[in-house]
Amino acid sequence: MERLLNFGNALPGVLSLGLIWGIMAIGLFITYKILELSDLTVDGSFCTGGAVCIVMMAMGQPTWLAMVCAFLAGMLTGAVTGFLHTTCKIPAILAGILTQLGLWTINMIIMGIEKGELVSTLTIPARNSKPLVSAMFLKTALNGTKPVYMYPPFVLVVITACIIGLLYWFFGTERGASIRATGANEHMARAQGINTNANKMLGLMLANGLVALSGSLFAQYNGNSEINMGRGAIVIGLAAIIIGDVLFGKLFKNFALKLLAVSFGAIVYYLVIQAVLTLLQVDSQYLKLMSAAIVAIFLTVPNLGGHSFKKHKKEAPVCSK
Amino acid sequence: MLEIIDIHKTFNAGTINEKRALQGVSLHLKPGDFVTVIGGNGAGKSTLMNSVSGAYPVDEGKILIDGVDVTHLPEHKRAQYIGRVFQDPMMGTAATMQIEENLALAARRGKIRTLRTGITKKERALYKEQLATLGLGLEDRMTAKVGLLSGGQRQALTLLMATLQKPKLLLLDEHTAALDPKTAAKVLETTQRIVERDNLTTLMITHNMRDAITYGNRLIMMYDGRIVVDVSGEEKKKLTVEQLLSLFSKASGSDEVNDKLLLS
Ligand SMILES: Nc1ncnc2c1ncn2[C@@H]1O[C@H](COP(=O)(O)OP(=O)(O)O)[C@@H](O)[C@H]1O
Ligand SMILES: [Mg+2]
Repeated sequence: MERLLNFGNALPGVLSLGLIWGIMAIGLFITYKILELSDLTVDGSFCTGGAVCIVMMAMGQPTWLAMVCAFLAGMLTGAVTGFLHTTCKIPAILAGILTQLGLWTINMIIMGIEKGELVSTLTIPARNSKPLVSAMFLKTALNGTKPVYMYPPFVLVVITACIIGLLYWFFGTERGASIRATGANEHMARAQGINTNANKMLGLMLANGLVALSGSLFAQYNGNSEINMGRGAIVIGLAAIIIGDVLFGKLFKNFALKLLAVSFGAIVYYLVIQAVLTLLQVDSQYLKLMSAAIVAIFLTVPNLGGHSFKKHKKEAPVCSK
Repeated sequence: MLEIIDIHKTFNAGTINEKRALQGVSLHLKPGDFVTVIGGNGAGKSTLMNSVSGAYPVDEGKILIDGVDVTHLPEHKRAQYIGRVFQDPMMGTAATMQIEENLALAARRGKIRTLRTGITKKERALYKEQLATLGLGLEDRMTAKVGLLSGGQRQALTLLMATLQKPKLLLLDEHTAALDPKTAAKVLETTQRIVERDNLTTLMITHNMRDAITYGNRLIMMYDGRIVVDVSGEEKKKLTVEQLLSLFSKASGSDEVNDKLLLS
């Protein structure tokens, strides 16, 4: 009973984290599903977003500016991977790993920019703390005195809706459609005069911009940025995409709904994790192994031919709206 | 309209797999020329076409389209001049996108892709009309995914996409080879109609000697990376398959390759 109560109390937090990681997963969706690229930059760019955001807030900059800069910094990381992949012809996976590795140091430099040394954890000083979303707020506001629009889940739903709306619009434009074509069939794209390299670059930048934005929200939520915060992000993102597809794929055909499904997928993922942690009281150290196993299973099932599980054909890239 | 000046292309140069696919090919097409290309497997026909389209760079030589030197232009930039249909029906269209989306992408070939809407109402009406001319009923399935279409339907659609914006040059690489004879004939008929209507300068590779004779105003035959036969005008009209075969053995200097051509 007490466990159930704990689980219930944790729900607003679970919802918040799910929504935050959902934004990251939507970024990943652009590279993984639309462009059919496996981009491992995200583990690094997630932290870059957090680092840039927290450093700027610590220096007294407004929160919105810190988030915009986090987004831009994320785009820059995507551009590096894009450059390594398209210009240097390094396979996408390796290009992402290289960027991610380099970002490990870069992120510590960013966090230590004030001190002039490498820093692995940075907390927002209380005097400058004006986070858009925060776990502390959830704890202190549970007595129910704050207006609804200040609650993290509400704020995050609005942000997610804006992002989905913007992406829906963008991928319907001439340029957006050409990115979808690049992922669907490179031969055709080039034959139709589409600069596939430029589009991959743009997709990687947009995706990592979103990942970094998600990282900036995650850092605000926790009140700090930490060098390991993005570790395993790619697995969480893939889990969200796959869970969203398994649960809502049949229902959601429209592009905007598919993005929504990714966000739902992230929330479901966090619900399951939370249930395992509080209801079953599993040690949180087991989480990474569990996550990896879950994703591996879900990635395997569609390839088994479908006799053991619901028939779920390997899906082509999502290039249609 | 198209000037190919002494182009050479060697694959895997300097290795045991070295393959000299083009060994000095020159070809000049006048506006409105419809040239059919035949030749045995590995003769270099596709390599010639891919060199023109920019799929890979040539080692030597020059390529000009309508007076513009495109030798060093990347594939996507050359696309503004060129419409293409490939042998593989999967290659020319985006399977996971809708028919109308594919057409809208093709309609913007060579143009800067902006943040304006990817497909307008006016366009849709135009595409509906254009699709109707194919006679395949595709005009009623504009929002269907292209992946649902048959090979023949996809080739017809690719052909429409290649010519939606009048190209300076139309490249067809055995675009009916993967289709059953009846469908192939239909797609070829459509090809002829569009080429005539728009007076397109066309290079069409075919494995069918009869088609090579029937269509176009000029025929070239390739062998071992070179053009070995080149007939046009009245001479081409009177050509028979037997004559073509004897021309081929004369050019290649052997009878054995005769079979090779026939078999291919
Ligand atoms: N990308 C490539 N890499 C290596 N060899 C190639 C490549 N493309 C074609 N070739 C070789 O070049 C020769 C000409 O090929 P191709 O132009 O495709 O002939 P075809 O006349 O049958 O279209 C063949 O021997 C082929 O094996
Ligand atoms: Mg060929």
